[in-house]
Amino acid sequence: MSVPLTLLGLLEREPSHGYDLKRDYDAFFGRGKPLPFGQVYSTLSRLARDGKVVISDVAPGAGPDRKRYIITDVGATEVEQWLTQPVDPEPHLQTVLFAKVVLALMLDRPAAEYLDTQRSAHLHRMRELTEIKRAGSLVDALLADHGLYHLEADLRWIEMTGARLDALRKEVRQ
Amino acid sequence: MSVVIEARDVEFSFGQTPALRGASVAVEAGEILAVMGPSGSGKSTLLHCLAGILVPDSGEILFDGARVHAMAETERSSLRRDRFGFVFQFGQLVPELTAVENVALPLLLSGVHRKQALPRARAWFARLGLDGLEQRRSGELSGGQAQRVALARGLVAEPQVLFADEPTGALDSLTGEQVMDLLVGAAREQGTTVILVTHEPRIAAYADREVMVRDGRVNAPDRVAS
Repeated sequence: MSVPLTLLGLLEREPSHGYDLKRDYDAFFGRGKPLPFGQVYSTLSRLARDGKVVISDVAPGAGPDRKRYIITDVGATEVEQWLTQPVDPEPHLQTVLFAKVVLALMLDRPAAEYLDTQRSAHLHRMRELTEIKRAGSLVDALLADHGLYHLEADLRWIEMTGARLDALRKEVRQ
Repeated sequence: MSVVIEARDVEFSFGQTPALRGASVAVEAGEILAVMGPSGSGKSTLLHCLAGILVPDSGEILFDGARVHAMAETERSSLRRDRFGFVFQFGQLVPELTAVENVALPLLLSGVHRKQALPRARAWFARLGLDGLEQRRSGELSGGQAQRVALARGLVAEPQVLFADEPTGALDSLTGEQVMDLLVGAAREQGTTVILVTHEPRIAAYADREVMVRDGRVNAPDRVAS
């Protein structure tokens, strides 16, 4: 899971204080592993240094931090690129895919298209592994099968998520 | 490569229920195309329209420059017999015939004499690992053996296009992959174009390219750079 990109995505939804960002991150993406405050502020500092966010004003927030962060065009472009690029099809990437889908729905982006792009990238990798299997030894086939079954599991998740997008959209945009 | 078969903006309904709503797809000669999609998406209907089994309500089906959608049934029937091959999921073999007669069937129906047709059919048995099963009837074959016989029958007349609708759907994973391996190997050797309908990603991975059918429309993803 990319914490900087996820925070940027949350900021694209609306300008926020560090405290609110941490609360939303923990609610949607933390899954029992809350983001430490220190990491939130160090990440926001780096994003500000790199011109991806700016501090707009000092206003009352829900917590002690009074700085409100706004995403810049540079930051928004980075979020856009991250969401539209498929993730390298490797096993155990479900947390990244999960974050992308939830953020895309929050930001009213075309989540179904991202899933289609990811499906295509997965199938491309599966074709490569299938070719290795057809041309190689039994040991090669065994290794390729391991990759193929994991990618297939991701694809099943992609199909199931695609079928649930409308319901998910309602839930994350409540 | 040139396009050999194509659907252009095809619409088809079963009664009041639309199955295809402007489906378009073009397949190049020698290409192996996987048509994927959830149940009820219209992928089998698209295959049946491309193969001239169903006639679209509107839109065009073009094969090798010919307007399939405008052909009379007898003309489409000849096309299916002489230029196309078929492999389906279930119940394809004629139970009264032996395995080798089943394989020879498309040749016999095309008017090839039995004396020429049976040796051509027999040659496929060694090729697909079916040696010794020539005289068996479908009830005496395992699922994988029966499907390989069906595959031989689909390819024996050297069709330009092989239509395969869930050809491994009734088989276990390993047997299914063996059948796909043989299908792809034989099709490439003959230069046969294959249109493969499947909902299984591991089977689609044997194809050169995939398209998704959703709600009766075809979504062809951008090709991922190698």
